[in-house]
Amino acid sequence: MLASLAGDARSYAVLLDEVARHLRSYFLRRLADGHRGDADDLVQDTLMALHTRRATYEVDRPFTSWLHAIARYKLIDHFRRHRIRATVPLDDAHDLIASDDGEGIADRMDVERLLQIAPEKSRDLIYRTRIEGQSIAEVAQSTGLSESSVKVTVHRGLKAIAARLKGDGHGDR
Amino acid sequence: MATDDLIARLAGDLKPVQPDQVGRRVAIGFGASLAVSSLLMYFWLGLRPDMMSAVWTWPFWVKLGYTFALSLAGIWAVKRIAYPLGRIRPHLVAIAMAVTALVALAIGQLSMMPPESHMPLLMGKSVAVCTLYITTLAMPFLVGAFWILRGLAPTRLTLAGAAAGLAAGGLGSLVYSFHCTEGGMPFIAIWYTLGVMGPALIGALAGRYLLRW
Repeated sequence: MLASLAGDARSYAVLLDEVARHLRSYFLRRLADGHRGDADDLVQDTLMALHTRRATYEVDRPFTSWLHAIARYKLIDHFRRHRIRATVPLDDAHDLIASDDGEGIADRMDVERLLQIAPEKSRDLIYRTRIEGQSIAEVAQSTGLSESSVKVTVHRGLKAIAARLKGDGHGDR
Repeated sequence: MATDDLIARLAGDLKPVQPDQVGRRVAIGFGASLAVSSLLMYFWLGLRPDMMSAVWTWPFWVKLGYTFALSLAGIWAVKRIAYPLGRIRPHLVAIAMAVTALVALAIGQLSMMPPESHMPLLMGKSVAVCTLYITTLAMPFLVGAFWILRGLAPTRLTLAGAAAGLAAGGLGSLVYSFHCTEGGMPFIAIWYTLGVMGPALIGALAGRYLLRW
């Protein structure tokens, strides 16, 4: 997105393509069976909005939350326009809440992309200790490394990510 | 697939975003409306006749400071709410604090003056028109603020409309303060503030319909 704001059309096209696929599944998950056909319209509508309002993306904030705010607005607008009221028996209401995990998936996309920055050796270790929540001892045992070297590797990996994030922030602005 | 065509077209249309393009839009929108509203005030109402001596009196500066503070907080709120997920609670708190400060000043003035002067302080000589004139002078700003927001991405339209109205009301009262000869703090605390709340209400009601994108 940062490259796109600077006017790089090729990375912009790549980004939009990825965003379009993501948006399609986002809308499909939220539209009732009878309205699935509207998903493509909504995707295109959202892409247009993203394009014309890209000046409102703030470079120091997560791209996905900005994108989701726009997609969510477009979805609500769509519901209003067509006077769609979701009526679900209260007993089934927890299904609605449980299905609203799109943000979590997007966050995971961000996290996994960030992990790619870390040196290969530490990637897996970070994933296990910081995301799956295994203890240092467990990881040390299953990989055959000593506990202290697991700690050091994880630490180095996180540092590499942090350094890259900081560098990115300054370089692109 | 049509979506691919759209992506190709959008990528072809890509121009680099200028730094602080949003801020520039806010400046253009309010700048243009300031010109319209000031001209409207000058030719329709006229500057206060005692302008030269008024700048040496403190009520003139309190009025200016109060309306300026409301305008500034309002403009900032419009800029913030123009972003998706934009929050404006601090801006609204700032506006509430300005109103509270002026109300305190008004109560102070009332308590120091003899009771028979209370009615003139509250009602002044222009009570019938003050709020109405401020609302009228605020309209160019409301149009400008809506123009700003329509090109950006507010996601809570009623709140965005209210912010636009608050900014418009603040700026409208700022322009009006160059015409108005009233100097009583209670007068300003009530009728100026109402003149700001009127456009805010109009903006909130209209935002839902006019700010859609």
